[in-house]
Amino acid sequence: MKQTPFDVIVIGGGHAGAEAAHASARAGARTTLVTMRADTIGVMSCNPAIGGLGKGHLVREIDAMGGIMGLAADRSGIQFRLLNRRKGPAVRGPRTQSDRALYKAAIQDLLGQQPNLTILVGEVADLILRDGRIEGVGLSDGSELRAGAVVLTTGTFLRGVIHIGDRKLEGGRMGDRPSNRLAQRLRDLDLPLGRLKTGTPPRLRSSSIAWDSLDMQAPDDDPMLFSYLSKAPTARQISCGITHTNARTHEIISGNLSRSAMYGGHIEGVGPRYCPSIEDKVVRFADKSSHQIFLEPEGLDSDVVYPNGISTSLPEDVQEAYVRSIVGLEQAEILQPGYAIEYDYVDPQRLTAELELPDLPGLFLAGQINGTTGYEEAAAQGLMAGLNAARRVLGHAPVILGRAEAYIGVLIDDLVTRGVTEPYRMFTSRAEYRLSLRADNADQRLTPKADTLGVIAEDRRVLFFQKMEALDRGRVLLSTKRFTPRDIAVTGIVINQDGQRRSGMEILAFPDVGVEHVDQLIPEFAALPDEVRTQLAIEATYKTYVDRQQRDADALRRDEDLIIPRTLAYAEIGGLSNELRGKLDRIRPGTLGQAGRIDGMTPAALALILTRIRHEDRRRA
Amino acid sequence: MQTIFALATARGKSGVAVIRISGPDAHQVATCLAGDLPRPGQFALRTLRDASELLLDEGLVLRFDAPRSFTGEDTVELQLHGSIAVIRAVERAIAETGLARVAEPGEFTRRALMNGNLDLAQVEGLSDLIAAETEAQRQQAQGLFSGRMRKFADRCRADLLRAAALIEATIDFADEEVPVDVSPEVGDLIGSVLGAIDEQISGFSGAERLRHGFEVAIIGQPNVGKSTLLNRIAGRDIAITSEIAGTTRDVLEVRVDLDGLPVTFLDTAGLRDSDDVIEKIGVARARERAAAADLRILLEDGVEPTHGFDPGVAIDFRYETKSDITGRGISAFTGEGIDRLLADVSAALADRVSDTAIASHERHRQAIMRARASLAEADLVFHAGIEGAEILALHLRDGARALDSLIGRMDVEAVLGEIFAQFCIGK
Repeated sequence: MKQTPFDVIVIGGGHAGAEAAHASARAGARTTLVTMRADTIGVMSCNPAIGGLGKGHLVREIDAMGGIMGLAADRSGIQFRLLNRRKGPAVRGPRTQSDRALYKAAIQDLLGQQPNLTILVGEVADLILRDGRIEGVGLSDGSELRAGAVVLTTGTFLRGVIHIGDRKLEGGRMGDRPSNRLAQRLRDLDLPLGRLKTGTPPRLRSSSIAWDSLDMQAPDDDPMLFSYLSKAPTARQISCGITHTNARTHEIISGNLSRSAMYGGHIEGVGPRYCPSIEDKVVRFADKSSHQIFLEPEGLDSDVVYPNGISTSLPEDVQEAYVRSIVGLEQAEILQPGYAIEYDYVDPQRLTAELELPDLPGLFLAGQINGTTGYEEAAAQGLMAGLNAARRVLGHAPVILGRAEAYIGVLIDDLVTRGVTEPYRMFTSRAEYRLSLRADNADQRLTPKADTLGVIAEDRRVLFFQKMEALDRGRVLLSTKRFTPRDIAVTGIVINQDGQRRSGMEILAFPDVGVEHVDQLIPEFAALPDEVRTQLAIEATYKTYVDRQQRDADALRRDEDLIIPRTLAYAEIGGLSNELRGKLDRIRPGTLGQAGRIDGMTPAALALILTRIRHEDRRRA
Repeated sequence: MQTIFALATARGKSGVAVIRISGPDAHQVATCLAGDLPRPGQFALRTLRDASELLLDEGLVLRFDAPRSFTGEDTVELQLHGSIAVIRAVERAIAETGLARVAEPGEFTRRALMNGNLDLAQVEGLSDLIAAETEAQRQQAQGLFSGRMRKFADRCRADLLRAAALIEATIDFADEEVPVDVSPEVGDLIGSVLGAIDEQISGFSGAERLRHGFEVAIIGQPNVGKSTLLNRIAGRDIAITSEIAGTTRDVLEVRVDLDGLPVTFLDTAGLRDSDDVIEKIGVARARERAAAADLRILLEDGVEPTHGFDPGVAIDFRYETKSDITGRGISAFTGEGIDRLLADVSAALADRVSDTAIASHERHRQAIMRARASLAEADLVFHAGIEGAEILALHLRDGARALDSLIGRMDVEAVLGEIFAQFCIGK
């Protein structure tokens, strides 16, 4: 059976797949999303939360590019909390607990509304290649789908194996089949595959928890949302419970370590250091007598609770024993046991910065298949892979975000340049331009770009340019008029009477000065919307540092503008160490800037590469 | 990468001359001349012939295989008879193989750097070592060459990384079980690195002077014996001495090795008011050079003392001359007391050279000052409280980067050219 050709096929309906399909369709490509089960599109397989430090930044950026994760998080958010509220604005990260059902419904709704996009149920079993490039996919029922580009977002489904104690199940997620035929197909293609693992905690029945005996964590009074289009939460806001493991819990776990899949030697994949299982915590931090657990309701009407902090691969009876040793969980009923899952990933160093696999032109990879963990990291890659797949088919130039531009740029550059040794998660410390890559200014950084790509809707466009206009007005107000120390002191600011006149921007940069002080000095400023004034105050706080970093960022941009041909013969460049030559051959950096970030790279080696590029340029000329 | 060769020893007649060949074809080039080569890391006596079998010389052939050579490449060294004609003939034969070209200045060292056999500070140390004239300079250069700068930078960097990690943990893991209060340790780490950096800064000027050599100006009124003293220190007649006041017009220099320290003594025109245009210029120049010198010795005439004479510059030592007549002070004429004078100068200069100072190049000073500026800001933010954690982290990162540039982990291409320009061919 033959079907109408598509421009782009997205395989997988998780966070990467949903974002990829939506972005591809927005970019004007006829797109289809192929999934094994339509009802699992947008499902949160792990914890019911979106955002966090670094991750919240990613969601804001996805939203600024016209993506859907932020909107879905806002529609389903039941406990918004801004992390690091007491630290500087650059490192504040929005986060929310989400109602699983509402989140999934929001994603499915947003995909359903998107023109150019169809959903197709089926299992992809094969990739159709012709002359070494991708031409479509084959389904397990024997039918074929043709397309100019394919985005593969298979998450943990490639040869997924679930471990509970010494029990082993094949599956991509509890209750879902793995994609073994596709995995086999990829193995046949001789892609560089590795094995990673991740874990989940047992899910508890809410009504079996003694909530009255627990500390509760309340949501923020003035929630920060993810989407620039959202005004306020729509779902009811609730609290989470907090409890702790204790000596008895640790005793039970230590006594049964040999029965854990991980410690029993059943797992070969590498797990993340920053998200250890409870077995790991007890073993590696033996001096700690207690670990914190957040009891996160999975939804407003759900009876399921996600106990964040005790993921495990111990057998079910041990899980029950240690859970019940914890305060508040004495009678807790386990609805679904915790498990570890192992899966294949493709070495992302093989990918280009567009997330394309150059060995198979037209095939783009996004999400956990590239060695990342987290919904947000997956969605960010999905967005970029979807955009680039669409643009490839439509004959447009690729879109690549730089490290000085977005966390998304940092994420993808880290993956394709440095690869992964454990599931990769975003942190704010990974971004060297952290002070300018803030959650509050993601729209200013990215929406104009998205606008020129034609991937944002009119309502967002209008809102954005209104805000820009207000910001510009505010900047003018803050820089034109200058005030004497005497003027300034009237507002209650403590200041040296040094006779020096200062602009509103300079005054806002003082510690302990807020917009309310400047409101008194400049009445027209006071008339601007709160959001705009707050934004300007943040700009003032970081202005000197951001200006100083600008020179670095400019130098970086110059290096990023120097394209290295993918065909460059590193073997012919003398003077490179064998180790570096091997890395360059594997990673094939796209720009001199990227080459410079390869582990162990030296300025001398960069100079050799540059000389070689110049030499080849001359020869061609 | 092309194979290069150059004469590693000074050109001219000598007992032995060494030609070094380095690069992928080094072994083949040497085989063309010597027939077969000794095993790696070994040497052997060979007869060297050119392509037409013409006998060139008989010499030792030393073979080094990558990466175990100075450059990190395959290398062969030929020890020849130190004859201008032999050297020329062997160089011609090597060039005629068509496999190697003459090295550019500093190219062997550049390759050693490129292959990671040396870091940037070691390259500077090597350059200093080749230029070293005195024992103290040799020790200083050996320190740099042996990698003391890397050890210094690595130690500071490790402390800064630790501090940054502590700060980043409080930022990126705020939603998890945050470690106990990290401030005391962060404060200690920043303080300890600042201390180590300040030690380098305070030792820099002495170390830098040691590298370039110290200057000691001999000043005084006309005819007190300045030029006689200079000649006495030099051990030969450099300055014209006469009884005519104002004989010395220009500044004369003598460079000596004073207990291992490189010291240049300056003989200057006698300080007096004069109507002679040339002498006037000489006096002005004397004051100028004296002011810029590391030490100033004022000589005073013991026979005809003048009271209340103002030399116009600060004075470090004061000696009464002509003890051969007066019985007091020193005598440049007989040499009496000169040992004491030199011991005074030597002790004063040795005081300025600290043992711990590794930074001796302007480039080091600039990198260290940059690191210091970042850390001083970090210190400031640190004491202002945790709200500035992200800014504190930025300063720590900048500080670590500045230290990195000391040993050339980044931002070095610009300085490379300058460094390598100081090298002569062959090293």
